[in-house]
Amino acid sequence: MSERTRGKRVREASRRHFLQTSAALASGSALAGLAGTNALAEPNNNLPPNVPEWMKAPGDPMGSQPYGAPSVHERGVVKNISKTLQQYISASGRTPLQELDGIITPNGLFYERHHGGVPTIDPAEHRLMLHGMVDRPLLFTMEDIRRFPSQSRIHFIECSGNPVYTKPYGKTASDLVGLVSCAEWTGVPLKTVLDEAGLRAGAKWIVAEGADAAALTRSIPIEKCLDDAMLVYSQNGERLRPQQGYPLRLLLPGFEGNMNVKWLRRLKVVAEPAYSREETSKYTDPLPDGTAREFSFYMEAKSIITRPSGGQRLTTKGFCEISGLAWSGHGTIKRVEVSVDGGNSWRDAELQEPVLTRALTRFRYPWHWDGTQAVIQSRAIDETGYVQPTLAELVAVRGLNSFYHNNAIWPWRIDASGEVSNAQA
Amino acid sequence: MRRRNFGVALLAAAIVIPGAATQAAERYGIGRAATPAEIAGWDIDIGRDGANLPPGSGSVARGRIVFGEQCASCHGDSGQGGVGDRLVGGQGTLASPKPIRTIGSYWPYASTLFDYVRRAMPQNAPQSLSNEDVYAVSAYLLSLNGIVPDNAVLDARSLGAIKMPNRDGFVADPRPDVHNH
Repeated sequence: MSERTRGKRVREASRRHFLQTSAALASGSALAGLAGTNALAEPNNNLPPNVPEWMKAPGDPMGSQPYGAPSVHERGVVKNISKTLQQYISASGRTPLQELDGIITPNGLFYERHHGGVPTIDPAEHRLMLHGMVDRPLLFTMEDIRRFPSQSRIHFIECSGNPVYTKPYGKTASDLVGLVSCAEWTGVPLKTVLDEAGLRAGAKWIVAEGADAAALTRSIPIEKCLDDAMLVYSQNGERLRPQQGYPLRLLLPGFEGNMNVKWLRRLKVVAEPAYSREETSKYTDPLPDGTAREFSFYMEAKSIITRPSGGQRLTTKGFCEISGLAWSGHGTIKRVEVSVDGGNSWRDAELQEPVLTRALTRFRYPWHWDGTQAVIQSRAIDETGYVQPTLAELVAVRGLNSFYHNNAIWPWRIDASGEVSNAQA
Repeated sequence: MRRRNFGVALLAAAIVIPGAATQAAERYGIGRAATPAEIAGWDIDIGRDGANLPPGSGSVARGRIVFGEQCASCHGDSGQGGVGDRLVGGQGTLASPKPIRTIGSYWPYASTLFDYVRRAMPQNAPQSLSNEDVYAVSAYLLSLNGIVPDNAVLDARSLGAIKMPNRDGFVADPRPDVHNH
């Protein structure tokens, strides 16, 4: 066979494969989750005893994807973005938690929340200004920032409104709590950079500002800045994605997402908070008596079963591993309990090592589904002893209009046909 | 041999440099001084008491025109909301089952209005309004909320002196607030 003929055959084989997989996707894409895999393989010509199509010709050549993308069969695994938002400049998109395994969120699926769109920033023209109550106001290039001693740490970031308290409640795990993601972050401890400028006496807060069209500003207590805050430039090994603050963001482990200011360009050391719009008009927690909580930074312990979860379907009675995620802004997850009987009894789930502070923690619970209706749910207990509350317990204290920091237990109902849905919807 | 000596010299240098850095308060000598002009250009933060508000002033009348041109397409002709937030009304509703949170009913500081409009509005062209027009839009929105009169002209002093209706409506975070165990 000449090179030319072989090349043609390979191209045809690739094209055939593409058409087949496209057709399979079109017919099978609605079957997200547990029942999906076998449905894609029709018409079964690739099953034993036949030799699969993809073994009869070479696959795609090296270099066909200079930056790798997931399998065409995983094209349905994308960010969960509502099609009915009023506008998409100040908006959010959710991680498809129920489609993922482990604790690390792929960079392309990390949840997004921005307040003025995603800026396109040339790192050569990006600067970090550090000023205010410091001995030496400084200006850093990105090259400067990367010269500082670096650290890598795994932490979650979660939007404070994940989810709200009022109906309609979401159908899937992503609808409910998809505004949380977890990555390995690399950067420099903020304290190292502050030491470079020298804090003056009386410094109590640092106002962080983003280089986006919202010039978003939040005030961070100095104790957090000197504890575990970081300036990060990389996420899961590669430079930050634009949606995550490229080229530089603040990381405040355990604090609500918007305070982890993206596209960070300015840090101003001050004696009192800025009382910016994002910490007065927004991101304050209204209460039934008309007052509102301000500077409510921490995300409290939370968990969610991601498999099986809303929108999925159990196809077979028998063994069914329950798996999910737990996390706490106050440290490590000490325990996760699972109930498979509507909350009457609770058993410890197994925690996947490593269990890291202020990181997602994967839990698993071996279960046998007997084919009858069941309500399954999880609750997290963190290192402080805090126990994830029910929605009713939260609403009793905060009312229905508190909007932020809802960390309630979310039960799933499994009906006799195996359909999984939100038990509180 | 020569190469090896060089390696030892490097090692010695690596040991000495952190010692020197410690004497100089853990500094690495990274970055350069930010000049006062650079800081002034970027630091547009306004304090809750009006600190750092710029010179200039703006009237309710001028603000009505600017609002119509720059803001009404998202926030409604009279600030009733649309694609953008509702900006007007709601005073007295915060303790009701359907609280309406606006500048007038919820925002604790008037100076935050200037800060936010200047840095982030209009959404399609932030930081495009003159300081005079930011004062004017702030005055107009405060007048729509009944906080300043229709003939008000606001400047640094008068804007910073306004006491908003919900000034004392915020409390510290008491969490953990659910005592279930």
